[in-house]
Amino acid sequence: MSVENPVERYLRSDRMPHIWCPGCGIGTTVNCFTRAIDESGIPMDRLAVVSGIGCTGRVAGYMHVDSFHTTHGRAIPFATGLKLAAPDMKVVVYSGDGDLFAIGGNHFIHAARRNLDMTVICVNNLTYGMTGGQLTPTTPEEAIASTSPYGNFEHPFNLPYLAESCGAVYVARWTTYHVTQMKKAMKEALLKKGFSFVEVISPCPTLYGRRNRIGDSLDEMKTYKTRSVIKNGADTKEVDLGMTGPIVVGKFVDRERTTYQDAMEAFYSRKLGNRYVRASQ
Amino acid sequence: MHADPAGVLTGAHFIDGDHACCEGALAGGCRFVAGYPITPSTEVVERIALRFPEVGGVFIQMEDELASSIAIAGAVWGGKRAMTVTSGPGFSLMMEHIGFAIMTETPCVFVNVQRGGPSTGLPTLPAQADMMQARWGSHGDYELIAVCPNSPQECFDLTIKAFNLAEQYRVPVLVMMDECVGHMMERVVIPKPEEIEIFPRRWTKAPLDEYLPFAPGEDLVPDMARAGQGYRFHMTGLTHNEKGYPDMTVSGQARLLGRLIDKIKKNAAALTDVVEDQVDGAEAVVVSYGITSRVAQKAVQAVRAKGLRVGSLRLRTVWPFPEHLIRDLATKVKAFIVPELNLGQMVREVERCAQGARVVSVPHAGGTVHDPAIIVQAITEALR
Repeated sequence: MSVENPVERYLRSDRMPHIWCPGCGIGTTVNCFTRAIDESGIPMDRLAVVSGIGCTGRVAGYMHVDSFHTTHGRAIPFATGLKLAAPDMKVVVYSGDGDLFAIGGNHFIHAARRNLDMTVICVNNLTYGMTGGQLTPTTPEEAIASTSPYGNFEHPFNLPYLAESCGAVYVARWTTYHVTQMKKAMKEALLKKGFSFVEVISPCPTLYGRRNRIGDSLDEMKTYKTRSVIKNGADTKEVDLGMTGPIVVGKFVDRERTTYQDAMEAFYSRKLGNRYVRASQ
Repeated sequence: MHADPAGVLTGAHFIDGDHACCEGALAGGCRFVAGYPITPSTEVVERIALRFPEVGGVFIQMEDELASSIAIAGAVWGGKRAMTVTSGPGFSLMMEHIGFAIMTETPCVFVNVQRGGPSTGLPTLPAQADMMQARWGSHGDYELIAVCPNSPQECFDLTIKAFNLAEQYRVPVLVMMDECVGHMMERVVIPKPEEIEIFPRRWTKAPLDEYLPFAPGEDLVPDMARAGQGYRFHMTGLTHNEKGYPDMTVSGQARLLGRLIDKIKKNAAALTDVVEDQVDGAEAVVVSYGITSRVAQKAVQAVRAKGLRVGSLRLRTVWPFPEHLIRDLATKVKAFIVPELNLGQMVREVERCAQGARVVSVPHAGGTVHDPAIIVQAITEALR
C-alpha cells in the first residue's frame, strides 16, 4: 500500500531535488506553507505564488500552482498587477530578505500602504545566499558577511515594525524551529483579507551560520529554541533582532483595513454611480 | 475579432498625440495600465485614469517605473491587455522588464514619449534619442518590435497596432513617440469598432495535463494561459525549457534564444511598415521617422521643386529595421539622407545596409525639430 506524502501534491515533484543546501531553512518553510494551504481550503487552482530572485526566490518554481519567478525585488509589483487583473486569485509573494527589503523595499512599503489583498512571506536568513553571503538590510549589527568582513555597522530593519507602520493588517514572526506556529501563521495570513506579512527567521548554515560561528543547522535550531520568546501582541517597536538577545516571535498585528480593491470599487461607485464599470475577469 | 465598442470613441476629434495614444490603447483592448508621472508622457495616463473606470479598466499609479513596468506583466498573466507609459529617465528604469517580457513572452506595450537626454536632459522638449536604447537597452540578445508615429492620428492607429503585434508575436512592443507628436493637436478620426481589427490573445486549448506553456506553434510562438485556469504553469526569467522550467545549459540557451529571435526575424518582411513616396527612379532617398519625417517632407518638396529626383522612405515600424528594403534601394540610388533628432542613431542601420551607397547623417541634438533648410542642404550636397 502506498501512502501519499501530504505535501507532495503541492510541489512540482518533477523538479526535485531542489537547489537548497543541507540545513537550509527554506524547505522547512515550504513544508509549512503547503500544510497551511491544505488547511486553508484555498483551491490550488485559485492560488498563485510569485517570487523574486535569490534562494527563496526559487520557491515559486517548486510550487505546483500558477507560479511566477520574476525579477530581483519586483515580485510585489508583479503580484499587484496579477491581483488587480485576476481578483479571484489568492496571490502570495514568497521571497527573501534581500529581495523584499533591499532592492524591493519601496514596493513592500507601498503595497502595505495600499493594503493590497496579498500575502507576503519573507524567509529572513539575514543574508544574500545565492550570491555568496553578503550584507542585507536585516543583517544584525556586528554580524560578519562577505561584504562586511569586519562586521556590520549598519542598523538593520525591524521587519514587523516596518510592516505594521506601513499598514499591513496581519504581521507575525516565527523561526524555522516553530513549525506548528509558522504553519498556523501562514494559514491565518492566507485567509486574512488585505496585506498580510509573515517573517520566518531561517538558518543559512552554509554562509551566515559558518561565518558567524553559529555552527550547523542543528546548532542554529538550538539557538532559536533558547533565544526565542513568544510574545503575541508584542509592540513591534520592541522586536529588533540582534546577534544575541531575545528573538521575539508571535502574532503581532491582526487588524482590519479596507483593501485597495474594495476602496477603489466603493469610491468609483460613489463618485461615478452607474457610469462605473467594474473590471471583469 | 473587432474592438470592444465600450472603449471606442468613434468620430472626429481634435486631440493631442498623448490623448490619441490613450484612445488607441482603449480601442486596442487595453484594460490595465500602470504608470508613473513623467513629462512629456503624463497626459496619456491622465486620460487613462479618467476613462478607465467607465470601461472596466484598472489604472494604478505605481511607486516608480520599475514597478509599473512589471505590474503590467502581472496583469497580462492575469488575463489583461496591458501597457505602461513613460519618457527617457523612466524608460531607462524599465529596461530590465522589457527583457523580462521578452524572455517570458509576455505580450505588452511600452510607450516612450521621447524627450532630450541623457539623464534629466530636456524634460519638456523633443528628441528621438532613445531609438538605439529601444533596440539594445536591455541586457542580452533579443529582438523586439518598435513603431514610430508621426501624428496624433498615428499615435491612435499605431497604438492599436502595437497591442495586436504584441499578442501575435508575444513580445513587448514599443511605441516610440516624441514630445512634438505627443503634444501636437490635430484631427484624429476614430473608426467604428467593427472597423478596428483586434488580434486576440493566443489562448491555449490544450487539455490541462498536456499544456506546455513555452512549446511553440508553427510560427514559433507558443499559446498562452492565464492564472486561475487550472494549468498550474510556471514561468521564469531564467533560461527555460518548453515546460517553463529552468534549463540553464548551453543547448537550452541556444534553443530558447534562437526561437525568441527567429519568431521576429523570420517575420521581418511581414512586420515591415513604411510609407514610400517617389522612391522609384529616385537618385537619393530621405529615410526618416516620427516627427522628423514631417520636417523632411518639406525639404523633399523643396528639392523636388528644384528638379532633383528625391524619394522619401518613412519608417512606421523601426524595429525590426527594414534592412531588405534599404539593401534593395542601395543598388538603385546614389545616396541616403537620414535626418533624426539625435546625433546619429538609425543612420547606423542605414549605413549597415547601404552597400557602398553614400549615407549622409543629418543629426540634431534635440530641443526642437530640424530647420528644413538644413535637410535641403544635406540632400543637395549628397547629389552634387
